[in-house]
Amino acid sequence: MFGLANPDRFLRFTRPLTPALWGLAVVLLALGTWFSFAAPEDYQQGDTVRIMFVHVPAASVGLMIYGALGVSSFFALVFRHPLADAAARAAALPGAAYTALALVTGSLGGKPMWGAWWAWGDARLMSVLILFLFYLGYMALRASIDDEAKAARAAAVLGLVGLVNLPIVKFSVDWWNTLHQPASLMRADGPSMPAVFLTPLLVMMAAWGVLFLAIWLTSIRTEIVRRRVLSIRARKALEA
Amino acid sequence: MFDLDMGRYAAFVWPAWALSAVVLAGLSARALVAARRWSAELKRLEDEPNRAQAVQSTVAPRK
Repeated sequence: MFGLANPDRFLRFTRPLTPALWGLAVVLLALGTWFSFAAPEDYQQGDTVRIMFVHVPAASVGLMIYGALGVSSFFALVFRHPLADAAARAAALPGAAYTALALVTGSLGGKPMWGAWWAWGDARLMSVLILFLFYLGYMALRASIDDEAKAARAAAVLGLVGLVNLPIVKFSVDWWNTLHQPASLMRADGPSMPAVFLTPLLVMMAAWGVLFLAIWLTSIRTEIVRRRVLSIRARKALEA
Repeated sequence: MFDLDMGRYAAFVWPAWALSAVVLAGLSARALVAARRWSAELKRLEDEPNRAQAVQSTVAPRK
């Protein structure tokens, strides 16, 4: 595992893996979409149940991406490893996009079900909004410092601080009385959802997760290549 | 088989799916385009000295 921290070995290992992940993501997305619209409408939520098939994957994978960003930030900060920094940087934009989608699709599902687009007092909604702001802050901090090494260190500290928010997002529906429904998937007594809805949801979660992995690996590979380009340009400028 | 009639919830369901599709497609395209662009730039830079050497050897071949 730690052998992959070598950029050359990482590039060699991920060369065949990356196109395979892209292919798998396309297949899973097609299957998940099929299952989502083949499922019957819910007797209470009606057709808005289909929003759940994009909302839950966006929210759960968006949360996991921040976990990846935080762990990568830890390795970047402690071991000063450029690959860990590249991994953290590459996770930020997809994470922000997934979390933004979770907020918007949640709002689109909330209006017909709760009668409100947004509830400022809801702990789950607010903690996910804070997660989104951590992503934005991470990207803004990196962009605001010209020295890439300094930007990486500052962003890594922010990335680590943001990890504190993850359990708050996860357990907000248990710790506080929220408008948002309690967990129906990750429960001690198993999912409380019937199979007709559980199957499309799990396929869509896998699809969004695999798509993130494909985007992430591609972006880390690109970041390694970008740094090589910058290094060659700097060397050539010195030689000239 | 497919239920595409979202009834009175169409104004909520379709925007959620359309936005998701656009964002995921955008993220994917951005990652793939950047990968292609930086790989092409690296290849160009790595080929540059070889091209310079090739030109040099054509203009002034070693004796």
